[in-house]
Amino acid sequence: MITKRIIPCLDVKDGRVVKGVNFLGLNDVSDPVKLGQYYSDNGADELVFYDITASAEGRALFTDILTHVAETIFIPLTVGGGINTLDDFDRVLKCGADKVSVNSGAIRNPALIGEAAKRYGDQCVVLSVDVKRVVGQFRVFAKGGREDTGLDALTWIKRGVEQGAGEIVLNSIDTDGVKRGFDLEMLSAVCELVNVPVIASGGAGGIPDFVTLFTALPKVDAGLAASIFHFGEVQIKDLKQALHEAGIPVRRV
Amino acid sequence: MIAIVDYGVGNLFSLKSSLAMIGADAIVTGKEEDLRAADKIILPGVGAFEDAANKLRASGLDAVVIEQANAGKPLLGICLGMQMLFDRSFEYGEHKGLGLIAGDVIDMRPRIPESLKVPHIGWNALKLTQPVHPLFRNIQEGDCVYFVHSFYAANCEEATIATADYGAKLTAAVARKNVHGCQFHPEKSGKVGLNILRAFCEQTE
Repeated sequence: MITKRIIPCLDVKDGRVVKGVNFLGLNDVSDPVKLGQYYSDNGADELVFYDITASAEGRALFTDILTHVAETIFIPLTVGGGINTLDDFDRVLKCGADKVSVNSGAIRNPALIGEAAKRYGDQCVVLSVDVKRVVGQFRVFAKGGREDTGLDALTWIKRGVEQGAGEIVLNSIDTDGVKRGFDLEMLSAVCELVNVPVIASGGAGGIPDFVTLFTALPKVDAGLAASIFHFGEVQIKDLKQALHEAGIPVRRV
Repeated sequence: MIAIVDYGVGNLFSLKSSLAMIGADAIVTGKEEDLRAADKIILPGVGAFEDAANKLRASGLDAVVIEQANAGKPLLGICLGMQMLFDRSFEYGEHKGLGLIAGDVIDMRPRIPESLKVPHIGWNALKLTQPVHPLFRNIQEGDCVYFVHSFYAANCEEATIATADYGAKLTAAVARKNVHGCQFHPEKSGKVGLNILRAFCEQTE
């Protein structure tokens, strides 16, 4: 049976890994290549590299780093951040990315999802969505969670999958950085809606949160987190052991 | 020297990097003479069968791959490259493959429970047939590898050397003499995948 995936996310700015709490107050964590290798050697099932650089120089540096990562790490790599055009897809795929995650770029130009799926296949297109509750509605936020788009998240996600998004990363802004567990209510709503893999993001504070996630929502395929892994609060080996003991299928290394 | 067949399909960066990692001398090439000069050939592939098969045919390399395989040169097909080793595929119509291994490539959808998602994406455990094929001499039963596919090879029991359970027994790897195929991506399967590639690189004619 297919295993549940554990995915560390590395936010990269100016060549370094950073992680914010509620998207604010960035702290420098480490070298992306070294951190990537560490995770790859220690049981991560996939890595997400997210480019949060704004400048062209930063983008070139990111692409350079991505190439180094892809040359040394032989697990699936997803790249996101600053993906606005098919040329951006091309740029990161040529550096060794396997999947490309779109977020704000798809909100600005929804046709991007379909065009990319047609060219690279559905399995290559990951729709990443930052969602926050606004007056009882799941609302899509853009620009790293700063801007309310007014879009209903469930409508947006369903449309994205119909256009060819092969995977959904659902990041709950409400639970992100709070470390009290994943947003099960929001995840459940999305899992009922689509039949592509759903990756839970935002809110993991410890091992029990992952056990709860996969036990309560068997349809969730993967759990993504950043700071708890970067700061060593959770070791992926221990997490996998705990999941295994809870009867959840995982890849053990 | 290993020739990775370049016929304009898919991203060969990871495959080339993984072979470099295990110290194998590999080139990405679309030239017939390189395929003939190589010790081993790897046939990669992603995307739709018809498109890939047409591109391989248009490149003229299909005949060279068949010729070299029939001459005994070790060949490894990966993912769609593995599916192309078979007689035919039923992905959006019926299409002819290279015919190096007997069997058909079919849609997994009617064979697996509706609750399971398609494509079959992620890490799944290998069940190795007995005796263990030399391709797997450096790995163990139950080791996980990375899959991304919606179609799979069927009617190929004799050539099957590994399966994966996804609501049905899916063909994960095949071999017939010097011709090998992996449905999964060894170049994306961590140390286990590198160990499979290493075993292939150590094969002799």
